[in-house]
Amino acid sequence: MGGTDAKDILGLPKTPLSLTQEKKSRPQKESHRKPDGISREVYALTGGVAPLMPSIDVTHLKRPPPHDEKVAWQWLPVKSSARKDDLQLYHWVRVVNDVPPTGDYSFAKYNKSVDVLKYTDDEYENHLTDPVSVWTKEETDQLFELCERFDLRFTVIADRFPLSRTVEELKDRYYSVTRALLRARAQSPAELANHPLIKEPYDMTRDRERKRALSMVLSQSRHQEKKDAEILAEAKRITEMRLAARRAAEPDVPANENIGSVSPSSNSQLPATAVAPSTLTMADYASTLASLRMLHVYLRTYGLEQMVQAASSAVGLRTIKRVEQTLQDLGVNLKPKVPTKTVCDEHLELRKEILTLLNLQKQLQYKESEGSSHREGTYAAMPDTPKDRVFASEPFSFGAERPIKKEPKRKGPGRRSDTPSPAHKRPRKLKASDL
Amino acid sequence: MEDSAVEILSASTPKPRIGIDGGDDNKNWRRRVNGVEVSVPIVCGSIAFYRGKKAKEYRTHNWTVYVRGATNEDLGVVIRKVIFHLHPSFKSPTRVVDSPPFTLSECGWGEFKIDITIFFHADACERKLELSHLLKLNPEIYSGPQSPNVPVVTESYNEIVFPDPFECFLSRVNNHPAVHVSKLPEGLNLPPPGDADDESYYKMKKGDTKDHPLSHWFLKFSDADELFRLTATRQKVYAAFLPFVQADIAKLKRQLVMVDAQPE
Repeated sequence: MGGTDAKDILGLPKTPLSLTQEKKSRPQKESHRKPDGISREVYALTGGVAPLMPSIDVTHLKRPPPHDEKVAWQWLPVKSSARKDDLQLYHWVRVVNDVPPTGDYSFAKYNKSVDVLKYTDDEYENHLTDPVSVWTKEETDQLFELCERFDLRFTVIADRFPLSRTVEELKDRYYSVTRALLRARAQSPAELANHPLIKEPYDMTRDRERKRALSMVLSQSRHQEKKDAEILAEAKRITEMRLAARRAAEPDVPANENIGSVSPSSNSQLPATAVAPSTLTMADYASTLASLRMLHVYLRTYGLEQMVQAASSAVGLRTIKRVEQTLQDLGVNLKPKVPTKTVCDEHLELRKEILTLLNLQKQLQYKESEGSSHREGTYAAMPDTPKDRVFASEPFSFGAERPIKKEPKRKGPGRRSDTPSPAHKRPRKLKASDL
Repeated sequence: MEDSAVEILSASTPKPRIGIDGGDDNKNWRRRVNGVEVSVPIVCGSIAFYRGKKAKEYRTHNWTVYVRGATNEDLGVVIRKVIFHLHPSFKSPTRVVDSPPFTLSECGWGEFKIDITIFFHADACERKLELSHLLKLNPEIYSGPQSPNVPVVTESYNEIVFPDPFECFLSRVNNHPAVHVSKLPEGLNLPPPGDADDESYYKMKKGDTKDHPLSHWFLKFSDADELFRLTATRQKVYAAFLPFVQADIAKLKRQLVMVDAQPE
């Protein structure tokens, strides 16, 4: 085997009959000599490597049987306390020094049964008659007999019961009868208090509900599961935000949820396909506003920070960076130098609009790449405008041109023409002449 | 701490002016005016002079840190006191300034972050406000040895916002030059403020910084440039939406054409 490997390394041709190609692909360790004591196949099961720790103490294996005892195996009859009949069974028994083992059959201790109460006819008439008169005495007797026979396995009992009754009905009847019996027989109520049947009585409707809920969960489709998870996450977020708002509140102020008048006035101008702020983002804005009002005093810059955070809460870090890059490209300060109310409002609106624009462009990119991959089966041709720069640096606004950053996820060469064909739906780069 | 003791004292001594602590009109005290915003434009800054020949190793600069109104009006109408937290290497680094103008002058050699805590009058807000200012002694770009006549000025503009102010506070500050009040809702009847001619409220010392010795170094802040730039930028962004709108319109047109082409 080593010879073929050496030949491989040297690049010499192998003999046509040998399966060296296969052997080469196999991991090197399989060509090691297998250890003695276990077969090759078994050794391969462990991955071809010896275990790090010996699982069995080797000395145990080699220990010879004790010579002072005489061990024989005999075919003997067996007696089990669990058996009530006379059936005589035999099995092999390890006999040491001619003394057969004593004691009960070793599995007899597992023969457990349930203590099903037995009632007399008098007791039945006094305490146990069904007030709703659905259950007759015969039925109850049959039920109890089945219960004892089948150890309270109600699904089996339900199957064997002569009349068709549901499992919950049977359970209900059995437990209420037993409870009534216990109460009737008890000397004092105190000794019953800890009996499990008294402490937690069986409730038929709850049992039904529980089973229904379980079956619903089991039968939930994956789609529904996802939806549930989403809704839970949203609810969690909203409650956390409300908690944060309440924490910032003063204890003596009544919670006044009068939402302020920050309504995006520019929404009417955005195209229909624009990604409207999802309900989650609107909740973010509203709760941020509410928490600001709870503070009773705050700095304008702090307020702007909070609103910007709320606007960016649903997007990833990369998108936030892109928004900031766009702002810088356009010559806008990331934090306004003169943060008056109007400036802050305008700044926030601008950020939101840039976010929407970026989302639109991303959507378009996905759609196009999806479309062309369906057609060609390869990755789409790269878009013309670089995706990480919405507005490339313009001649009039500011100074040095920064090198265009390459997106790390791109595959294939990207075409970077400065004049994209007008047939493209993608926005042209704005020039000074456009405004 | 001495500060809290001072606060308790001032709360318990009855003041003659109605309005600042709500006085005897308890209904006004707790009623807030919703939808109205009171904002106070302030400038937080520092001015540092190199001591020139008089400079020693640990006393190279005379500097003043302050919180002033953006138009140099008296902030005492809203602010009760300001605490400047200096670097621990200063003696008693917690400096309290409890009357306007809220300035603090010191002499030192190092630059550090000064935490500033602003306390308001009781009718404005019971919470304090924290901000911080980085003290700069040396100019950003080295342009030769510092002249003792040309200071290093670092100022930053901000606004203190009181959302849903109390009625009594609103009535008191409604027409004060240091304060901006947003548009009041129609038909709002504000209770009359405390006696406006009561000059004792405005302390003996002038609270505004219009004639402050350092006032000619103060910077002027105007939002016109920034506003212009922001609106221009928003226009550009709208323009970038145009192709998407056009795509939408084109798509709708195609759909309409398809619908029309269906036989009825």
